[in-house]
Amino acid sequence: MSEHAANGHAANGHATKGHATHGHPESMPTYLGMPPFPEAAATALGNAQLRRNLAHATSTIRAKRAAAVAELADWQQLRAAGKAIKDHTLAHLDTYLTRLEERVTDAGGHVHWAQDAAEANSIVTSLVRAAGADSVVKVKSMTTQETGLNEALAAEHITALETDLAELIVQLGHDRPSHILVPAIHRNRAEIRDIFLAEMADVPSGLTDAPAELAAAARAHLRRAFLSARVGISGANFAIAETGGLVVVESEGNGRMCLTLPETLISVVGIEKVLPSWRDLEVFLALLPRSSTAERMNPYTSMWTGLHPGDGPSAFHLVLLDNERTSALADTIGRQALRCIRCSACLNVCPVYERVGGHAYGSPYPGPIGAIITPQLRGVTSPIDASLPYASTLCGACYEVCPVAINIPEALVHLRAEVVDAKRSTAFQPERIVMGATSWILRSGRRLGLAQRAASASRVLIGRSGRIRRLPPPLSGWTKTRDAPAPPPESFRAWWARTHGGAQ
Amino acid sequence: MTASSPGASPGPARRTLTSREQILRRIRAATGRDPGQGPHPGDDPGASTDAEYAALSRDYLRAHHDPRDHDVVALFAERAADYRAVVERVPAGGLPAAVARALTAGLFVVPAGLPPDWLARVEPDCPDAVLTGDDPPLSAQALDAAAGVITGCAVAIAETGTIILDHGPGQGRRALTLVPDFHLVIVRHEQIAPDLAEGLSRLDPGRPHTLISGPSATSDIELVRVEGVHGPRNLHLLIAAPA
Repeated sequence: MSEHAANGHAANGHATKGHATHGHPESMPTYLGMPPFPEAAATALGNAQLRRNLAHATSTIRAKRAAAVAELADWQQLRAAGKAIKDHTLAHLDTYLTRLEERVTDAGGHVHWAQDAAEANSIVTSLVRAAGADSVVKVKSMTTQETGLNEALAAEHITALETDLAELIVQLGHDRPSHILVPAIHRNRAEIRDIFLAEMADVPSGLTDAPAELAAAARAHLRRAFLSARVGISGANFAIAETGGLVVVESEGNGRMCLTLPETLISVVGIEKVLPSWRDLEVFLALLPRSSTAERMNPYTSMWTGLHPGDGPSAFHLVLLDNERTSALADTIGRQALRCIRCSACLNVCPVYERVGGHAYGSPYPGPIGAIITPQLRGVTSPIDASLPYASTLCGACYEVCPVAINIPEALVHLRAEVVDAKRSTAFQPERIVMGATSWILRSGRRLGLAQRAASASRVLIGRSGRIRRLPPPLSGWTKTRDAPAPPPESFRAWWARTHGGAQ
Repeated sequence: MTASSPGASPGPARRTLTSREQILRRIRAATGRDPGQGPHPGDDPGASTDAEYAALSRDYLRAHHDPRDHDVVALFAERAADYRAVVERVPAGGLPAAVARALTAGLFVVPAGLPPDWLARVEPDCPDAVLTGDDPPLSAQALDAAAGVITGCAVAIAETGTIILDHGPGQGRRALTLVPDFHLVIVRHEQIAPDLAEGLSRLDPGRPHTLISGPSATSDIELVRVEGVHGPRNLHLLIAAPA
């Protein structure tokens, strides 16, 4: 959180489209009234309960993930294969998508293509209407979070019931998700119990905060909805071009319910989720559960291909979503974010995420991966999106745990350059002026000596406590969210000249 | 940008076709190919892609456990029990009695194709258990009222403690092993593959599949795994030795 130099300016509302090369502000809803990352982070840091919940959850999962990964001697080779398969697929994405389309259609499914969130939502809405339903059951899906599907359905008077336990906690708590895998990670068991007692109509009396009891309450609450649902909506973890098969990885069985019991199944899947062949699952089903929930294998994985007569839905629709993924694909550094399999290991190891939580990122995709996905999908024109590439210390822990070796620090630096480029056209940029002056000073030893003497003298004015806490405008952007050490009374060069230099 | 803009055709078929072409063009432009062109020039557009795919390096180990120096059945039993499945190893000839012992009073669903001799001891040993088939298909509500379901499986994986259903004979359609709260699975020794890659390679990709590793669970409360949400909360495995 120490580096966000450019966003102070963006927060003043001067950000323009500038030279931003990709992303579209309407591709994903920005949470209403969301301040830029540093402001949201400062608020989150003041919430001691949130910090305790996050520290507890992330430290637990970090240790378990390390053990699950250590069990496989060839983890680095699996990771390299995962990266290679995804890179190859992205380079031939048109071939694999058309192949997938052909195989799904052959197997009795319908394939729809959506260029953006609005189109995906309108396709889904008309499919739900055509099925004669006014409610749907949903499997947790990042893609439909991204498109804001629930809100779009609500606007058409269709009720979307989230069935994943954490999503249910978020929905009942009128809250926002804060983690890719565990959207209610910011809530502890006592808070979850309170939400259930307040919001769940059929809550069992005497409910305690034992996780098993909370899970049982969710089971009872959702059972009737599952058994009578006519339309299920899911995402997919993988789509296999060779066979037309889709794969959903989950734990609770709510996924199986939504994929199996309704008459109509609609799966909204990002175009980057395709894998070339069945065989690739031997890599990704090793990488994903161990990285994500630190299990050798997650409790349930469902795989299906189009329709299976006599078993499961009688209508299947696959909605393939672009929503600016092709913009990310055009960026040779940013493209690697499309390898992401949404495991959330990078969130769990991130020192910034652990302290501020997911809400501060202002996007369905929080944490390190969110800081590179969101600006690519939405662009860097809004203050929050322009601040995201700076929401990192660049420590590299995220890159180390990523099961598909996404070099998140590299992509962050690349996106920072884009944020700076996007702002070049604006009139007044103190940071650029300071950097320009610094460059001029550093080119000459004499100028550097003079500048250091001036800095040491300024100590009397601005840094009496040894720290600079606040600079006057226009330099206030720099000190708004960080302290700087006051310049030393004497520079190294001056000290050297006085002691050793004088002796010669 | 989308077909919902003025002037675009209102027909859903036209709209998806248009978006399809747009997305494919954008992909081809982004990956450095002529956006107007098809995926690849030449007679077989996928052939060069497939050749490149086949050449991808895969240095990982497809097997982590060599059956010559690992007791694969014991490994499977241990790993499945790790996820709180109830696991019993059953000697040759002991399977019918073990099935009967695992049941309680109530209605148990038996999919078509389950070997009848597996159920031979149910009536004498557990007279309160009532067996029912799924033809005509039971409603979801009827399944919800059942005490449990008894199935075989297609493949099991020792490394991960996983059983895989391909919903063929003796396994039933997917809802049967999902809605009831108790699932009794019979796993034969020869069905147990040592590792994930081997297990997946034994499957027919065209079939529906359910991979099951322990009973229904969640990590959604404080990232701690607890058993028992929507799927069967009780998973009971009988590992049957060859006769």
